[in-house]
Amino acid sequence: MAKADISNPINADVEKRYTTLNLGPTHPATHGIFQNVLTMDGEVIVSSEPTIGYIHRAFEKLAERRPFYQITPITDRMNYCSSPINNIGWHMTVEKLIGAEIPKRVQYLRVIIMELARISDHLICNTVIGVDTGALTGFVYLFQFRELIYEIYEEICGARLTTNIGRIGGFERDFNDIAWAKIEKFLKEYPDALREFENLVKRNRIFMDRTIGAGPITAERALNYSFSGPNLRAAGVDYDVRVMNPYSSYEDFDFKIPVGLNGDTYDRFMVRQEEMWESLSIIRQAIDKLPEGPFHAEVPEFYLPPKQEVYNNMEALIYHFKIVMGETDVPKGEVYHCVEGGNGELGFYLISDGGRTPFRLHLRRPCFIYYQAYQEMIRGSNISDAILTMSSMNVIAGELDA
Amino acid sequence: MDSTIQERITGFIKEKYESDILSVETPYNFLTINLKKDHIIDIIRHLYEHPEGKFQYLTTLCGIHLPELKQIAIMYQLHSLVNNWRVRLKIYLPEDNAVTPTLTTVFSAANWMERETYDFFGVKFTGHPDLRRILNVEDMIMFPMRKEFPLEDQTREDKQDFMFGR
Amino acid sequence: MQATQTNNNIKLVEKPDGYEGAGFFATSLDKVVGMARKNSIWPLPFATSCCGIEFMATMGAHYDLARFGSERLSFSPRQADLLMVMGTIAKKMGPVLRQVYEQMAEPRWVLSVGACACSGGIFDTYSVLQGIDRIIPVDVYVPGCPPRPEQIIDGIMKIQHLVETESLRRRDSPEYKAMLNKYGIE
Repeated sequence: MAKADISNPINADVEKRYTTLNLGPTHPATHGIFQNVLTMDGEVIVSSEPTIGYIHRAFEKLAERRPFYQITPITDRMNYCSSPINNIGWHMTVEKLIGAEIPKRVQYLRVIIMELARISDHLICNTVIGVDTGALTGFVYLFQFRELIYEIYEEICGARLTTNIGRIGGFERDFNDIAWAKIEKFLKEYPDALREFENLVKRNRIFMDRTIGAGPITAERALNYSFSGPNLRAAGVDYDVRVMNPYSSYEDFDFKIPVGLNGDTYDRFMVRQEEMWESLSIIRQAIDKLPEGPFHAEVPEFYLPPKQEVYNNMEALIYHFKIVMGETDVPKGEVYHCVEGGNGELGFYLISDGGRTPFRLHLRRPCFIYYQAYQEMIRGSNISDAILTMSSMNVIAGELDA
Repeated sequence: MDSTIQERITGFIKEKYESDILSVETPYNFLTINLKKDHIIDIIRHLYEHPEGKFQYLTTLCGIHLPELKQIAIMYQLHSLVNNWRVRLKIYLPEDNAVTPTLTTVFSAANWMERETYDFFGVKFTGHPDLRRILNVEDMIMFPMRKEFPLEDQTREDKQDFMFGR
Repeated sequence: MQATQTNNNIKLVEKPDGYEGAGFFATSLDKVVGMARKNSIWPLPFATSCCGIEFMATMGAHYDLARFGSERLSFSPRQADLLMVMGTIAKKMGPVLRQVYEQMAEPRWVLSVGACACSGGIFDTYSVLQGIDRIIPVDVYVPGCPPRPEQIIDGIMKIQHLVETESLRRRDSPEYKAMLNKYGIE
């Protein structure tokens, strides 16, 4: 850079200097706590350095100390916007380890719950993209439907947000009539609200100008960064775990996978929007085709027997004692199972050495893996585009740090 | 995945690196290959560029501490999206000198995964652009996921161990 | 489309006891200031994890927090009255929380929402701070994992009671300064 000639002020070359801006851990626009130190040239971002770990709660080490059924509340708190998917994914991993055969009715009920969780996750992400562009109406109106989903969870398992839903082998009780009535009410009222929100933003000139071209990523870079889920599908690759490695009877349902073109914010928004419509259709199909049958598998070593039998039957008493104290025999082995979470391929790699707790549990968290690409995606863009990119990637701090 | 496909995938590695294979297992029908640690990056690059294999997606990378054998294992899980084949590769490093080359030259996703493995187990990845702790505090000296490190915070006074069964 | 409706069912805050006459109302300053402060608390939502989503539900239309006077959330500590810590605080986050608390101006109150903020919660691990009262003084604890919005509102109402009945000289008193010294805050 040439030395500034300050003798004649009119000819003086102003030396370019970069400023450092701290998009700190506590920030109203970052949904979750992670820090980005940005080096900026005026309004344009030159480079950024992320720091995560502000909510590291040591899930993997904690899981080495808990019996299998006590790990479910821990998995809840990973992606807490769609916690049933985490729970059911963990239960399926343990069922794969012990070789349990799950009845069809349980699989269909699990599909209904997982698709409801997916809708609630995408709902938050899309309305928050609206908030970050200034469209607060969607957030305020659609959050009311999250309350309806909370009521459905409450009817089934008792909790609103961190659900701990189901048991290893199925569900603790069958869905009662009130739960079915609430699901029907949701399916009747939600499409209208979603359609209204969509009409406000989908072809809105301002929203499109704001989001098209913000934070793009090509399909090759996305694959190299091991993206998965809606972010990868927005870049153009149609990889969905529900189709490639179907689990829990997803192969019985007929649904489309939306795929974008450019991988920018508008594509991510639209992919999530279309996925919500597909989820509504899957829930409708599952309710129409729901078979009769038991609501849990026959795994007496892991599934608590009913209380009447515990008080009257010696065998049930022994099983109850063994399960609660965590003294059941678990086969040795290593197993990997993945489900399609709200953010992508959520994987559980479990090594069991026959003891009451896992020997090693590794959680393949999609958020942690694709957030690495954020540095590359925002290089050269403005701060407002960087904020939009972050919120459209749906980074959840609980899943980032675990 | 049936056994003919598993044979084929093992065959891809046997084309050039037959001597590196320690053993091949299939727990729960998932192909797992234990390898020697010397040429692991070349093996993964060979699978990446293989015209039939095309294992161009890194699912995950993690460490496993085996205190009885005094080893730290690194597990790489690859996925071929074109053929829908998954394979797991494991290498074993000695506990006190856990050093291995980095995978970031093949997959950019391995960057933070290797930082996490370093943070938890102390495995050094040579050639990594920025190897430092990612999830724990920067000035921590121990490696928390090793089996000898305790889970609980040792300075807390309000929780009595005997009430928690410890 | 219906004509606009007026809300005739508005509840006003009760006036404190005092002597009233033609054109004057005499009461103690404490009571008036307490009444004004209580109904206009500006919270700073320090939402870290799952409890933050329940806070979003509390601010929503179903369990409206704005009717208690907390319409304007302030994300800057300089303009906030109430620090609501919601979610797990890890040891890495501790200094950040402490800095935010120190930047707040007196009078300030702290509400600890959720089991993780009160005592570490289910995460009895090496990386989680076992309760935020190790680093900052806390006024009201709301247990739960996560607490229902009704519980969070109950916590806010208890804060309102504390705000209303606080003496105007409390922040300068030696006991308060001794308590802050215990935490190492000037």
